[in-house]
Amino acid sequence: MLELDKLSLAIGKQSLVRELSLQLQPGQLHVIIGPNGTGKTSLLRALFGELPLQQGEIRFGGHALSRRHGASWRRQFGYMPQNTQLELELSVLEVVVLGRLDSLSMRLSDDDILAALSALQALGIAHLADRAMHSLSGGQRQMVLFAQVLLRDPQIMMLDEPVSALDLQHQLQLMEHLHHQTRAKNWVSLVVLHDLNLAAQFADRLIVLAGGTLQAFGPPAEVLDAGLIHRLYSVPVDIHRDRDGKPYIRTLRQASLCA
Amino acid sequence: MTDITALHTALSRQRQREHRRWRFLLLFLMLIAGSLLLDVATGPSLLPLREVAATLLSPGEADAMTRAIVMDMRLPIALMALVVGAALGLGGAQMQTLLDNPLASPFTLGLAAAAGFGAALALISGGFGLPPLIAIPIGAFVCCMLAAGLLFGLALMQHVSSQTIILAGIALLFLFQSLLSLLQFLSSPELNQQIVFWLFGSLMRSTWDSLLITAVVTVACALLLYRDAWKLTCLRLGEARARSLGVDVTRLRLKTLVLVALMTATAISFVGIIGFIGLVAPHIARMLIGEDQRFLIPLSALCGACMLSVSSVLSKSIIPGALFPIGIVTAIIGVPFFIWLILGKGRKRA
Repeated sequence: MLELDKLSLAIGKQSLVRELSLQLQPGQLHVIIGPNGTGKTSLLRALFGELPLQQGEIRFGGHALSRRHGASWRRQFGYMPQNTQLELELSVLEVVVLGRLDSLSMRLSDDDILAALSALQALGIAHLADRAMHSLSGGQRQMVLFAQVLLRDPQIMMLDEPVSALDLQHQLQLMEHLHHQTRAKNWVSLVVLHDLNLAAQFADRLIVLAGGTLQAFGPPAEVLDAGLIHRLYSVPVDIHRDRDGKPYIRTLRQASLCA
Repeated sequence: MTDITALHTALSRQRQREHRRWRFLLLFLMLIAGSLLLDVATGPSLLPLREVAATLLSPGEADAMTRAIVMDMRLPIALMALVVGAALGLGGAQMQTLLDNPLASPFTLGLAAAAGFGAALALISGGFGLPPLIAIPIGAFVCCMLAAGLLFGLALMQHVSSQTIILAGIALLFLFQSLLSLLQFLSSPELNQQIVFWLFGSLMRSTWDSLLITAVVTVACALLLYRDAWKLTCLRLGEARARSLGVDVTRLRLKTLVLVALMTATAISFVGIIGFIGLVAPHIARMLIGEDQRFLIPLSALCGACMLSVSSVLSKSIIPGALFPIGIVTAIIGVPFFIWLILGKGRKRA
């Protein structure tokens, strides 16, 4: 279990997250939603031990995060930061294999290469293995970086907007894979998404953040309602239910947004 | 089943790619061997290549005259070209990796300018009581490391970006250039000429002693850099992503910067300012084999060594009997070649 106990974060004098307490269970997919600039990325960075905690504590498997044991703490994580520019003279395979940085020897073993190729195959992008990173589209790069983070074989999986550049098919493919592996490998999974419908479809638990505080936490069917979404985004919506009883969201047009 | 076949095809393709890179390393080793022979053979008296090879392989059997020319006079200079070229090539490659900027080299960051100032200071002050052959390298080295120390301080600060380090480096470049001009302005014409001559860069001052020091420092730094090959490759994915893979970016940045500064400061202090190789050799290496640092580290060193050695041959043979300053030769021959390379080859890679 990954536990956040009254966690507060700040950069300089600007407060980002205030008194956030959460308990995240293994084998469950947690999706963080919330408007831009509400500390979602900072929260992931803090969990990874990259951002000093202003107050509170983070615990996993009975150990608290401390500055001294940063390296062993980070080893438990697969963390995929938001997309950045990657103009690289490296092949896809060479990038994916770096997911095993902690254990690579100077000669790449067959095992390392095959593991990287299998990860690419599982995501249906094995044909890209020999391509140079700089020749790929933004979406293809995102899939490659997901394959890289899979190779870390983590206990906690954190993805920051992993589908922002993906087409519909690859969005579903990535989320299905994540959903399946979270159960199979018993990961604590934590994903930042902006697409509320995708979030509602795949999340076991939604974490709703706004203004640095927790607005709601629970299964999408219980958490998502029109009032909450209007409060978060100032956008009127209708919420419907699909055949499985999962909520889906339809935004309503709003002439006032033009003004 | 087809999946497994596909996996193994892809595996063997990766192995082929690695073999191809090994062949590039081998090719450059052979080029270097050839260039070294030529470098020893050329000079005021041209020696036949066969005689040079024979003397190098078994110095005991050669006649005394040839042995003196080859072993005592030309070989340390020719080897110095290789070592300094390797130090500059590798140093440039790591500056570019570290600062995520293709324009970075020990020269853009003011390290060479600082060394130049230090050398001039040693010349003008009469060598602090030491013979000039010792005082000048020491002055150059000390100033170079002082300038680098400032950059180390910046690299240690966590919130300082690579861009800031580059800007600070360029500011240092201007500072030391101005200080150097000031020294030249204040000094006598004779001293001024000596300063200018040092700034041109020359391998001719090399002795077995200076070669030994440079070689030991370069090899040690290169080995230490090589141990971080995977981490340095990760760094090319961007600092945030390198951190996410578990790399301690601040530490890696400082460590690499210290090693590169040591290596280039040592090289520059003995041979003066030889520009351009630190910028170009890494680019050529990267075009040939990509950015896998396990191969880029050795190839950028070999490529630098090869370039400086060829330049050394050319500096002696453009006008027979005359010796061009090697720093000038590297730039005049290198620039057109480099422009042709970046325009023509584009993004072809192994």
